[in-house]
Amino acid sequence: MPAEAGLAPARGLPILEMRGIRKVYGSGGTAVHALAGVDLTIRAGEFVAVMGPSGSGKSTCMNLLGCLDVPSAGEYRFCGVPVAGLSRDALALLRRHYMGFVFQSFNLLPRITALDNVALPLVYAGEGRERRRRRAMATLTSVGLAQRAMATSSQLSGGQQQRVAIARALVTEPPLLLADEPTGNLDTARAEEIMGLLAALRADRDITIVMVTHEPDIAAHADRVLYFVDGRLTRDGTPAEVLT
Amino acid sequence: MRLADTLGMAVQAIVRNKLRSFLTTLGIIIGVASVVAMVHLGQSATRSVTEQIASIGSNLLFVMPGTAQRGPGGVRTSAEPFAMDDVEALRREIEGILVAPGLSRSTSVVLGNANETLSVEGTSNEYFTVRNHAVAQGRGFEEAEQRAGAAVCVIGQTVVDEMYGLQEPLGSTLRVGRTACQVVGVLEAKGQSMGQDRDKAVLMPIKAVQRRLVGELDVSVVYVSALVDGTTQRVQGEIEALLRQRRRLAEGEPDDFYVRDTQDIADALEQTTATLTILLGAIAAVSLLVGGIGIMNIMLVSVTERTREIGIRLAIGARSGDVQTQFLVESVLLATLGGLVGLVLGVGGTWLVTEKLGMPFVLSPAVMALGFSFSVAIGVAFGYFPARKAARLNPIEALRHE
Repeated sequence: MPAEAGLAPARGLPILEMRGIRKVYGSGGTAVHALAGVDLTIRAGEFVAVMGPSGSGKSTCMNLLGCLDVPSAGEYRFCGVPVAGLSRDALALLRRHYMGFVFQSFNLLPRITALDNVALPLVYAGEGRERRRRRAMATLTSVGLAQRAMATSSQLSGGQQQRVAIARALVTEPPLLLADEPTGNLDTARAEEIMGLLAALRADRDITIVMVTHEPDIAAHADRVLYFVDGRLTRDGTPAEVLT
Repeated sequence: MRLADTLGMAVQAIVRNKLRSFLTTLGIIIGVASVVAMVHLGQSATRSVTEQIASIGSNLLFVMPGTAQRGPGGVRTSAEPFAMDDVEALRREIEGILVAPGLSRSTSVVLGNANETLSVEGTSNEYFTVRNHAVAQGRGFEEAEQRAGAAVCVIGQTVVDEMYGLQEPLGSTLRVGRTACQVVGVLEAKGQSMGQDRDKAVLMPIKAVQRRLVGELDVSVVYVSALVDGTTQRVQGEIEALLRQRRRLAEGEPDDFYVRDTQDIADALEQTTATLTILLGAIAAVSLLVGGIGIMNIMLVSVTERTREIGIRLAIGARSGDVQTQFLVESVLLATLGGLVGLVLGVGGTWLVTEKLGMPFVLSPAVMALGFSFSVAIGVAFGYFPARKAARLNPIEALRHE
């Protein structure tokens, strides 16, 4: 497993490929089929919204895409690499260098500063303190929070916390950003700000964004919407096609 | 991940919960402090015993009539006492020794209004060397005084303090029994030794005690000092052979006298203190173990509390090993800090106690190193399980944890 993001495909080529993916929780009569055979391809540079009612399998799909979990059956290729059979540590390295995560509840570490939160992935990448600070500061600046670098998460508003979380997800310059209901805890104005920020970041960097949301207004910002029902991908198209 | 960063995280976590960290390490602190203090005190006690034995007189043998009894001051059964001839024979026949006779009698000692009943011992000039109790002021006995059994005496510091107060003892006349006795010397202060005040002494030429106080020409004890270290065994054998011959004991007949070596007494006492040291050290080690369990307990609580944090770390690219190291370093750091504080407290406590009891202060680097490395080892041993638990968390479930 290469340590740096050398695997990322060029814009327009497949970055995420799922073939016949199934995920079953439990066994026997109580088994829950969270995903019942999903095929999908996401290309580098796309902005994809994942939608569906709760229990439809969209979160399971995100966990699999983010290598936080492994499928029960089927093949998942990330940047062309079959993920099945990779060790826990190899998956951790994939997450560290190729993916950034943004959560609904921000998930910043409390009591440490925004800057330290953003720098945390670089700690695990083994970067030196000075370089960490510089890169974290640059990324914080790109989300417009340079002046709040020394604030702890309790001193930041929800919108600010989510922007710090986005900076943390992007500090390692991964090709993929996975966002799980990033605007779920924000009011409409803040949500629109976050979506604007994502659009701006996309214009700057070569990133692919996959975002789970249940709000059609938010999904409308994406290029493409995937709609899940009962563990199956039932609709796949532009927001205009899927949401009407 | 760099070691400095891992350490930094551990320090942050410990500082964040100061009170809890302190209480957690308290077990280790107490454990290490007591192990260090107990073992050090044991060593001090051993040293103190050795020094006391040395102050009695090294290479010293007591030769007494009767049958040997176990334990200090064992009961003597009646047997023919020694005479000055025996003392002379020992002096003459055995090489490399100093011999001093002893005969004591408890009697009243009067100076003006001061009246005390003291054990007055008759002996010879060799006593001061053999018993390692030198004359500090004045002089010992003169040859003529010894031969004549003159009424002169050398007294110990306690007698001076109790009877003379600020008066000058040298040249004064002390009434011992019915004899007016001139004080010619004062012994150096020796203090307590094996439960006896060695300074509560009144020494006279043995002939004076025999004639004036006892009325018989007996010698109740002979003090023998081997001049060369390591020869007491040989000397003891020679004394036994000579005395058996002089007392006409047939082959197979048991000795009607006995020879006691101060080394025997020292060995017995050292054995006792060593056993006690091991025992106390073991008890202290148990408290160290309990301290380790305390660390494990808190680390388990901490892992549960920080489950979500662990999930976040795993999601942003920490490997299981990174998480395991983080928690392990935290517990080792707690234990190490506890060990250091315990070490300081233990050594300080030892110093205080030895100072109070007037024992020698022994500092053993081996014991300190052992106590400290024990605490680090406990941090590793009891931190491993919680750390592994943290490392094995499923990131998805950890992230959902409230």
